[in-house]
Amino acid sequence: MIGLRSGTLSVESGRFRSQIPGGHVRQGARAKIVFKFGPGFPERRSRLLSVEFGKFPDGELMSLALARGERITAKFVVSAALPPRLVLAAICSLLLMAATAAADDHNPFAGDPKAAQAGEYEFRINCALCHGLGARGGGRGPDLTRAQKKHAHSDAELFQVISNGIPGTVMPANGTNGQGVGMTDEEIWQIITYIRSVEVKTAASPRGSAAHGRELFYGEANCSLCHMVEGRGGRLGPELTAVGGSRTRAAMIDSVRNPSRRLAWGLTEATKEFPQEYETITVVTADGKKIKGVARNEDNFSVQMIDASEQIYLLEKDKLRSFQKSRESMMPTYTRELLSDQDLDDIVAYLISLGAK
Amino acid sequence: MSAGRKFAAWSLFFFACVFVPPAWAQVTFERLLNSAKEPQNWMTYSGDYSGRRFSMLGQINTTTAHTMVAKWVFQTGATGKLETSPLEVDGILYATAQDDRAFALDAHTGRPIWLYQHPLPGDIRPCCGRVNRGLAILGDKVFLGTLDAHVIALDTKTGNVIWDVVAADYQKGYSFTVAPLAVKNLVVIGVSGGEYGVRGFIDAYDAASGERKWRFYTVPGPGEPGHETWEGDSWKIGGAPAWNTGTYDALTNQIFWPTGNPAPSNRGEGRAGDNLYSNTLLALNADTGKMNWYFQFTPHDEHDWDATEVPVIIDSGGKHLIAQANRNGFFYVIDRTSGKLISASAYGKITWSDSKDADGRPVARKEASPTLEGHTVCPGALGTTNFMAPAFDPQTSLFYVTARDQCDIFSTAPQPYEAGHAYYGSAYFPSEEAEPYRGFLKAIDPATGEVKWKFEHTSPTWSGVLATAGGLVFTGDAEGNFIALDAAKGKVLWHFQMGGAVYAAPIAFAVDGKEYVAIAAGSAVYGFGLP
Repeated sequence: MIGLRSGTLSVESGRFRSQIPGGHVRQGARAKIVFKFGPGFPERRSRLLSVEFGKFPDGELMSLALARGERITAKFVVSAALPPRLVLAAICSLLLMAATAAADDHNPFAGDPKAAQAGEYEFRINCALCHGLGARGGGRGPDLTRAQKKHAHSDAELFQVISNGIPGTVMPANGTNGQGVGMTDEEIWQIITYIRSVEVKTAASPRGSAAHGRELFYGEANCSLCHMVEGRGGRLGPELTAVGGSRTRAAMIDSVRNPSRRLAWGLTEATKEFPQEYETITVVTADGKKIKGVARNEDNFSVQMIDASEQIYLLEKDKLRSFQKSRESMMPTYTRELLSDQDLDDIVAYLISLGAK
Repeated sequence: MSAGRKFAAWSLFFFACVFVPPAWAQVTFERLLNSAKEPQNWMTYSGDYSGRRFSMLGQINTTTAHTMVAKWVFQTGATGKLETSPLEVDGILYATAQDDRAFALDAHTGRPIWLYQHPLPGDIRPCCGRVNRGLAILGDKVFLGTLDAHVIALDTKTGNVIWDVVAADYQKGYSFTVAPLAVKNLVVIGVSGGEYGVRGFIDAYDAASGERKWRFYTVPGPGEPGHETWEGDSWKIGGAPAWNTGTYDALTNQIFWPTGNPAPSNRGEGRAGDNLYSNTLLALNADTGKMNWYFQFTPHDEHDWDATEVPVIIDSGGKHLIAQANRNGFFYVIDRTSGKLISASAYGKITWSDSKDADGRPVARKEASPTLEGHTVCPGALGTTNFMAPAFDPQTSLFYVTARDQCDIFSTAPQPYEAGHAYYGSAYFPSEEAEPYRGFLKAIDPATGEVKWKFEHTSPTWSGVLATAGGLVFTGDAEGNFIALDAAKGKVLWHFQMGGAVYAAPIAFAVDGKEYVAIAAGSAVYGFGLP
């Protein structure tokens, strides 16, 4: 190891804003960077990096993972490893630091309560619209307070999910939702730190029996008359294969005990900013036939609905004798007399086991 | 000669006599000023300088509307939201699409004449989609404001770039989405970027050369009146963008231009004061850009209630008025010679204000401020209305506006400013406890502020409104319908499913004596007419 460059930088408001002269690095060089901060700050060391850029631009904005509002001086030492023909004329840029953070599996803020708070604010601005205040899940996004997550387990995986989005879902890649240039790496790590701080650790043995829940779902609880799971079941209500991975236990229990309190999102959730929901539609056709069912879609002039016998009706509103829309769900209210707490726990356990797949 | 052939020959003769080829005349300021003399053309964003989005064409009317058909569809190839309001001059339609596309179409067939796309850098900072709301036309040029804060003049016949000037640094969050307004020899344009802590401005460029003639900063600097309404250095990043098209009054030689939210939008801490001239209607001298008067709708806004809605010039009973259906839920009527408020009436669901000051201006309740934990306020952050263009019909004397009833949870959190980084001071969320959102087309009587009729949509829409001398109002919905209603009663007379949500505003024009109505939906522009 040869120390090639060292010095001090001043930090303002949690970010380096230093002008650093540019320089050249030979392609294929590998470097390790050690940042040593003032008292109270742990030394931070990058992994061995392949330096893929030939040139560091002049005057790049430095961005380092520090608590906001701090004014400290940081000493930094840039060390280079083999190959020995490595030449580092001058070093350091935001790019390199970003590469360090992104390539590093290690969350530089892990367990830091200040970073968690900064992350909470960032979460509200960037995530809460879908994932809800407090990360407990919203209309679209899963509850993130559950320790077990479907798409990411480690901090590094969370980082990837936030950075790149989840293909095939409405989770966008950072900076691609038409709102600005996205979060910096350090802000993503802060959000991850925040999410970790609000996670609810699950009990050693999960509540409820998934096997019994499955029996109930397809059996005497009659869930499968209206709900499909893994290709089996009815068509009137929402498909539930993935629901256990995205809704909180409490939300699932609430939607069984009080099905009308909050109707499920319907067909157009992903593309519209307003809800299209499983509202109950009752119409009387021109020839006097009464049809009651669930809206699949609707506009000012037509309605597409499905009734309890799974018949689809395509209707023009001006040809109907009457049209009524209600937020009273067609799903029966499962009281404790109909379904005990224990049985409901079992069904929820079954859905959670499916959602974790 | 058979009867059929005779008919054909006569038809040809008549066609030759009646069909006057487009004059290809340049669009002079006089033509824009006297647009009433050529109702077949739609030459400014709102159709004329008053902002009333009213067409004097009446071929399509309450009797014939039910027979309307789609005449053509032009696919832009863009994805996302089309917010464009086209122009139409002498048989050619000019419009824009996402990512700063501009194009000219044969207004009779929808066939393109030229297509232009401005090369955008990868790191632009759009607020709310990579959108554009349209062009201005003057002389032989159309004018485009771009998402990287350029102002560009394109040749009307070819789309060739005549000049291209940079107005501001897009990496600090400056951008243009607005349709500019051509006045005299100037191209007037307001900047976007209230979400990035820009310092807002309205610019005027010489249409011939692109030279900047004046700039009005919507956040006053040190020594300027209004500067004292900003705490410390907060004025430097005070927002107050000007991203919707204003109007022009030849009588007083004033440009009326509305401004948007102070930054950060959801946090008042650190910018104590009224934050002039955010959420304000500005009356500027058209030649100099100097301010004659201002009226601030929502002082020290903490709910992102941009006052950027089109201010509509109305003359009524000898009074020179200007009216705006504001995002904060009130309909304001102002004397446009003095800037004095005449009336402010709620036209949607509001909880933020329950009193008025001595001038009759609604005053915010202290409890309406966003809190750390968040609480529900109406209207929500999207407002009772937003950028959707309204219309005023001098025949019915009604003001038509797209409105929504939606409440949101407003929460706030400290957020340090970083150049070019989204700067909200936290955010809003749909309120779970509130009723489902409702969307309307409302007809307001400016004389009383009363809502005379309303038409409820299936869900809230972002469509603008057009009124015509045929006794019709046109609007679109979020489910993709284009709808014609009776202007007097709000009864639906005709509708067409376009297959894409509407975020744009309709226009009307005539080619070869036949009236058309055009609107963008999904990723296409549609032309409608009688069979």
